[in-house]
Amino acid sequence: MAIPFSYNFRNLRVRKTTTVMTALGIALTVAVLLGIMAMVVGLNVALQATGHPLQMIVVRKNSNSELGSQVAREALLSIKYKDGIQKFPNGEPMVSGEIVRVINLPRKNNPEGANVNIRGLSQLGIEMRPGIRLAEGNWFEPGQREIVVGQSIALRYVNAALGDTLRFGRGDWKIVGVLDAGKTAFDNEIWGELNQIASDFNQNETLSSVLVRATDPIALEALKNSMADDQRLYLDAKSEVEYYSQLTSSADPVKFLGVFVAIIMAIGSSFAAMNTMYAAVVRRAREIGTLRVLGFSRGSILLSFVVESLLLSLLGGLFGVLLVIPLNGLKSGIGNFGTTFSEIGFDFRITPFIVLVGIAFATIMGIFGGLLPARTAAKQDILNALREL
Amino acid sequence: MENNLVIETVDLHKEYKRDEFQVIALQNANLQIHKGEFVALMGPSGSGKSTLLYLIAAIDRPSQGRVRVLGQDLQQLSDKEIAHWRNEHVGFVFQTFNLIPVLTARENVELPLLLTNLSKKERIEHAETALKLVALSDRMTHYPRQLSGGQEQRVAIARAIVTDPALILADEPTGDLDAHSAQEVLTILTKLNQEHGKTVVMVTHDPHAARYASKIRYLEKGELLPEGSPPPA
Ligand SMILES: Nc1ncnc2c1ncn2[C@@H]1O[C@H](COP(=O)(O)OP(=O)(O)OP(=O)(O)O)[C@@H](O)[C@H]1O
Ligand SMILES: [Mg+2]
Repeated sequence: MAIPFSYNFRNLRVRKTTTVMTALGIALTVAVLLGIMAMVVGLNVALQATGHPLQMIVVRKNSNSELGSQVAREALLSIKYKDGIQKFPNGEPMVSGEIVRVINLPRKNNPEGANVNIRGLSQLGIEMRPGIRLAEGNWFEPGQREIVVGQSIALRYVNAALGDTLRFGRGDWKIVGVLDAGKTAFDNEIWGELNQIASDFNQNETLSSVLVRATDPIALEALKNSMADDQRLYLDAKSEVEYYSQLTSSADPVKFLGVFVAIIMAIGSSFAAMNTMYAAVVRRAREIGTLRVLGFSRGSILLSFVVESLLLSLLGGLFGVLLVIPLNGLKSGIGNFGTTFSEIGFDFRITPFIVLVGIAFATIMGIFGGLLPARTAAKQDILNALREL
Repeated sequence: MENNLVIETVDLHKEYKRDEFQVIALQNANLQIHKGEFVALMGPSGSGKSTLLYLIAAIDRPSQGRVRVLGQDLQQLSDKEIAHWRNEHVGFVFQTFNLIPVLTARENVELPLLLTNLSKKERIEHAETALKLVALSDRMTHYPRQLSGGQEQRVAIARAIVTDPALILADEPTGDLDAHSAQEVLTILTKLNQEHGKTVVMVTHDPHAARYASKIRYLEKGELLPEGSPPPA
């Protein structure tokens, strides 16, 4: 049997100031990493869950997003009669021409405002998005200046709740409903009737995009190809799922920076742990010698100091997790500078997986920090150790 | 007679290299100690007493010569085997007690038993028995800093005997103690020797302490003087 944990625990308690300081360093490191991960996971949930696997978004060739794209209204007709398109029970093809524009709205915690997507679409477009339902209110009526806002918009923007009035385009719009898009990207959009939006933004000749649902995955590929090959239409098609998950790449610089900072901090924290453990080895030299005389092997000394370093770092990891837990569910947004000009709202998500990663990260720091000092302790000659004061 | 030999050293030699110098700590020591003896090792500072004791306990390895303890040739054992062997057969008592400060008296005494197959319950029983033997039953849950020097040394003795080793080695066990505590410790060692049949080897500077032993051996400048020699000047 090895040297008991209680021995390590109590040694950590005896030098509590050093222990707390070192653990705090580790805690901050873990918190930075987990904060970033919570953001990435939240963003992924918001974006990757968006889209139907059999649907594609058709935009003008070389447009990366719906915003920069213009598709002639006539093209809609050619698309409608292509093969492999799924049909509604009434025989109508599942093809929805849509307009997407961006407006600036004042945010509750940012009066300068942020960009929000306005989507003009018809009843078809709504029916092609089965994950979406109304959380409150009703759908907009054709011919009325009525809109429906995503949940995230209602929550984070000024005067954006049910019954409020928003001013954009040529005048006021009444909010008659709130969308529940299941935390997908549509929770960050405002929807209105296609023709109303088109005339308000003076966009009567063109659409921004066309949403198309194929009958099966093979037809989806075929449709995408035929769309891209049609020189006359000059269009590109992307699968809807792909389109939204690609938007997450706008968070890449933040991700990279966060991970970079976390790694630098981890190296620092490992050295801090190492320093603490070296000091412990020096201070306890005579104890180590005594344990050896009592019959404990070099191996159990090594293990004991690694365990102590691990306990120290796990304590730090635990602090770190506690530090980030309040972030869970916290709503935030990130600008999509790369592909669209609108903001994507998301919730920070501290999942059990993230907690595990934090603990694992702390464990790695503990092992790195503890291994060398533990080796020094174990390699020590018994007599030299006993001679220390 | 032969099987009664607990310690036998043959031409035992130990030198330390310090910088350019070589220090001969022990030369050609031929020592025989029999079962049930209580031997005091005496001699001036630096004469090699501790060195001899460490070689017997296999805490250090000789430069030359052989040590045989309890029928075991120590040079034949690997480091790992030696650790195990020492745990089982030798109890070591230090001048400075060397208790683990974060462990209670009972936990300190229990430590060597962690290397045995005893259950938790048995370990506690053994530790309590050992503490009773040194008259510290009422101090089991005290930490070393809550004990007097004499009490600390008695806990250390309990720790040394808890695995029931045949041999007890003590390096100036009374060196840091007042006269009264020293006497208590010596009384315990004597009791272990006489009532429990332990063989005891004790290094000491104190002629008064040496009187508790059944035999005194002197060292001088790394040499073990022949049995019956008068003390070196
Ligand atoms: N690790 C070492 N390195 C170098 N020299 C050493 C070492 N250990 C002991 N010596 C030397 O060996 C000699 C014998 O030392 P030892 O400790 O055995 O003496 P001692 O009789 O126990 O003395 P004391 O009564 O002061 O404890 C001394 O000259 C000492 O300086
Ligand atoms: Mg000595």
